[in-house]
Amino acid sequence: MNLILVTFIILLAFTSYYFGRKKALVIQSSQRLTALPKFYGYYLAAWCAAPALIIFALWSVFEPSIVKTFILQDYTDQNLTKNELQLIYTKVKALAAGTYTGNITNFLDESANKYIQLKGIANSAKVAIILAILIFSLSFAYRSVQKNDRMREPVEIFLKWVLFVASLGAVLVTIGIVFSLLFEAIRFFQAVKIFDFIFGTHWYPAKTFVRDGQPDPELMKDAFGAVPLFAGTFFIAFIAMCVAIPIGLLSGIYLSEYAGRGVRKYAKPIIEILAGIPTVVYGFFAALTVGPFVKEIGNAMGLEVSAESALAAGAVMGVMIIPFISSLSDDVMTAVPQNLRDGSYAMGATKSETVKKVIFPAALPGIVGSILLAVSRAVGETMIVVMASGLAANLTMNPLESTSTITAQIVVILIGDQQFGDPKTQSAFALGISLFIVTLFLNVIALSVVKKYREKYE
Amino acid sequence: MNSFKKNLLKKRYNAERRFQWYGKIAIGLALSFLAVFMFQIFSKGYSAFQKTWIVTEVHYDKELLLIDAESPSKDDLENADYYDVAYKAMTSLDPGLPEEEDRQLIQMVSYKYEAEVKDLLLKNPDYLGKIVPIKLTASDDVDQVHKGNYPRDIPEENRRVNDYQLQIYDMLNERGDILSEFNISFFTSPDSREAELAGIASSFMGTVFSILVCLAFSFPIAVLAAIYLEEFAPKNKFTDFIEVNINNLAAVPSIVFGLLGLGVLLAVFNLPRSTPLVGGITLSLMTLPTIIIAARASLKAVPPSIREAALAMGASNMQTTMHHTVPLSMPGTLSGTIIGLAQALGETAPLILIGMVAFVNTIPGTPVDPAASLPVQIYIWSESAERGFVEKVSACIMVLLAFLILMNLAAQIVRHKFEKKWS
Amino acid sequence: MSKIKAENVNVYYGSKQALFDVSIDIAEKEVTALIGPSGCGKSTFLRCLNRMNDVIDICRVEGSIKMDNLELNSRKLDVVRLRENVGMVFQKPNPFPKTIYENVAYGPTIHGIAQSKEEMDQIVEISLKKAALWNEVKDRLDEIGTGLSGGQQQRLCIARAISVSPEVILMDEPCSALDPIATAQIEELIDDLKKEVTIVIVTHSMSQAARVSQKTGFFHLGKLIEFGPTDKIFKNPDNQQTQDYITGRFG
Repeated sequence: MNLILVTFIILLAFTSYYFGRKKALVIQSSQRLTALPKFYGYYLAAWCAAPALIIFALWSVFEPSIVKTFILQDYTDQNLTKNELQLIYTKVKALAAGTYTGNITNFLDESANKYIQLKGIANSAKVAIILAILIFSLSFAYRSVQKNDRMREPVEIFLKWVLFVASLGAVLVTIGIVFSLLFEAIRFFQAVKIFDFIFGTHWYPAKTFVRDGQPDPELMKDAFGAVPLFAGTFFIAFIAMCVAIPIGLLSGIYLSEYAGRGVRKYAKPIIEILAGIPTVVYGFFAALTVGPFVKEIGNAMGLEVSAESALAAGAVMGVMIIPFISSLSDDVMTAVPQNLRDGSYAMGATKSETVKKVIFPAALPGIVGSILLAVSRAVGETMIVVMASGLAANLTMNPLESTSTITAQIVVILIGDQQFGDPKTQSAFALGISLFIVTLFLNVIALSVVKKYREKYE
Repeated sequence: MNSFKKNLLKKRYNAERRFQWYGKIAIGLALSFLAVFMFQIFSKGYSAFQKTWIVTEVHYDKELLLIDAESPSKDDLENADYYDVAYKAMTSLDPGLPEEEDRQLIQMVSYKYEAEVKDLLLKNPDYLGKIVPIKLTASDDVDQVHKGNYPRDIPEENRRVNDYQLQIYDMLNERGDILSEFNISFFTSPDSREAELAGIASSFMGTVFSILVCLAFSFPIAVLAAIYLEEFAPKNKFTDFIEVNINNLAAVPSIVFGLLGLGVLLAVFNLPRSTPLVGGITLSLMTLPTIIIAARASLKAVPPSIREAALAMGASNMQTTMHHTVPLSMPGTLSGTIIGLAQALGETAPLILIGMVAFVNTIPGTPVDPAASLPVQIYIWSESAERGFVEKVSACIMVLLAFLILMNLAAQIVRHKFEKKWS
Repeated sequence: MSKIKAENVNVYYGSKQALFDVSIDIAEKEVTALIGPSGCGKSTFLRCLNRMNDVIDICRVEGSIKMDNLELNSRKLDVVRLRENVGMVFQKPNPFPKTIYENVAYGPTIHGIAQSKEEMDQIVEISLKKAALWNEVKDRLDEIGTGLSGGQQQRLCIARAISVSPEVILMDEPCSALDPIATAQIEELIDDLKKEVTIVIVTHSMSQAARVSQKTGFFHLGKLIEFGPTDKIFKNPDNQQTQDYITGRFG
């Protein structure tokens, strides 16, 4: 039904475009046009499609909740909780669709009939309203075409609005992220105290799994302490940075200050390949090659090493991050004005002295920014940890043991079928919002530092 | 020149040399990581492009097939009972084997061998009543033995291929009845629990659909948004806010987008789980800022003189933008889009969250059929214990990397071929 | 007495020749000015004297440049030691984004000239005094050098250059980015400095050349057209091209 309606609106818009253009050619014979004929077409088409589609979209968004309130009105006197009401509504919908398999009570049957009836009314009302709007807006637009009003300006204003709405898309995505995370996270924090979440040291959500009824609050208290995850996340990110910062920074310095044009031309894109390899591939590599390798070396040295060690995951993550640091720091140092280098060389400084004492300090803000971005990247990295470091949340600072991270736990919790409304599922969103806040914090600082740096030398 | 200064100079030059070496070593390390990495993947994966077959003889005996008709129709062949014929074809490899041990032989081919026996007859109905040679898909374990990936010298009880099976394998191999051919089914089959049958067709199609959906959603919105921000937006707080927003969005971890997909697309909009449609939309939210940033950069690179020229001719702002600026910026925008899509192509975590990790053994025909994607397939297979999957994963990685290289090349070509150089 | 003696210097940028057979004698403790229209090669020549052309990959220098009988244009020459003895001041003031003190102390630190903190303080003070900047900055030595005004920045760069007591200072249009008052201060400074060091200055301003220099060389299209005492060049040049340039008929 909806598809037919939308197709109809769009077809009508196309028709009115051609009609408008033709009309313009007719007008042309008697008076001067205010714009090119195609603008007459655009004008009509825009008036045809835009109001109808907007109303259609609004209707589609609000219709379900309105119908729901009507249906659930009959249940208000039964003192039901929100969840129970939701369950009833789901049953009613299933019954109406003919897919319900449970016990059918009279009351439920009645509601289902009412639901079908309401849906029918809503549908016809929708079609009627949209047809009315189409007729109204098209006749309005046609009248201005006939009057030969200005055509180009309204069309351009309309286009500008379309562009503006598109640019809101990015904002909408952010809002979507924040709300979807907050919505579930708030429900989680109703069941688990935020204090227990942030400062608790045991993460073991599987413990709260109870087949029927509510989980034991005492269990809940001790199952969702995120400290091991926060610690694991930063620990693995730290290992990654220990690999990435020295290699990345020195590579960046070499590329920007020493490498000849030929080396730079080839070495830089080749190193950047490291950043283009999908993380799942790194995960496989870490789990299959690096993990056992680290274990073997550790065992040879008489150490006890888990096959899924934080070290293996962190080291591979570090390799992945090298190009972020090398390329960004190369760019940042290349941006340092040549006259500072000249000034230092003219004093008789060697290249390394110039780098260490003049260029590096001058580029420091930019480099710090790029490192922060890299940290944010490491904190948000998922697949390497899921595949190469364990999934058990140990609170440990031993790089040879396995540990888990925020991102890995989100995957562990949400892989397979999820049950919304279960505190375990909600906890993934609580983790998600902590991850979002941490990375947002890092990004905002990093981006503003880099931006300030760029402005300084531009 | 005194000796103090001489020493100092020597020290300074040593420091210089050392520092230069640090840089060289760092670059060398980064490059060698890449080399080791590629070597590992290729050396493990290339064998997956070969498939091992066991050749035996099958007798399409009418009696065993339980076919009564004199000249059986297609339906008769279709409904015949192939169990005994197939069973005999395998056990005939070693007629002396006691019946209770026959599983050892059967296990050397894939569990689908009966279907393969049937397919051969359906394709060649005139084989009925004859004894003909047939190729059967070797089991994962035999396949690995044949490729030399499986150690033969460990104790028998730790091996999945026992001594008897090795003996049969060696006999067949000597007779030339073990064939190794290009593995077409790796590309044409969907996923399977059995390594020897598993292919990437379903995940490949899943990836293609996801990317197309992603492109369809992200490209128009991103380009329109970029045009607005670069050409029309007034300089005010709100525009700044949008801008900061976009830059930050580009750095949000991908898994957060997975949560968004789960919490909004699945839970609120009730879109079908595990499908490329949802996967594509989720990825498009991720790609959106990347494309916006690329499109803005290439709009910015169009010199103002072009705009001024068009405006001076009396074109409106909108006409100037649509007729001149946007077309001129397209190469850069497109190449940025391809790079954004290549990033989305490799994403795994968000797709896992929206359920594209389910086991799918059909090839999706539309974006609303359940499917996996190549990176998710890599994840699924790498979690499997069977040895045969290791080479499958590596091969799948090779396909994925090839895909990525092609996309990046395309981006390069678009950029260099069509981009105008302003000087 | 001759300090630097250049003979048949040719410089190429890739395949393009920028200097043609330049031969010149620069006298000790005098100011030598190099003038000429833009792109005539005077800065290129100046940069040969402390081998700053090494920084440019495609640049190739041929011929002989001797300073006190030491061949400068030799692969064996240690450019670090050369530059310790031949300082340079650039067209655009380029103090390092560090404190004023650190800017001046940079050279003495890397060359190991000062043995102690007190000695370093002294070097910084003397250098800043010689550069006529001491009185303006003595109370804010730990402020960032890039925060000074243009003229102060340039004097800071001069202080930086003289901190290692070089024998020669090269100045590449040191006043072109400065206002007239700052320019006058720098010119005064040059006059003072020539008592101790040899100065070679490239300048666009003929009046400046006339005011500060004892010898002047006129470059045109990569060739040294005329070289001699400043008075003679400005009042009675031998060459018609020089005459035309001096009187403003071209350039």
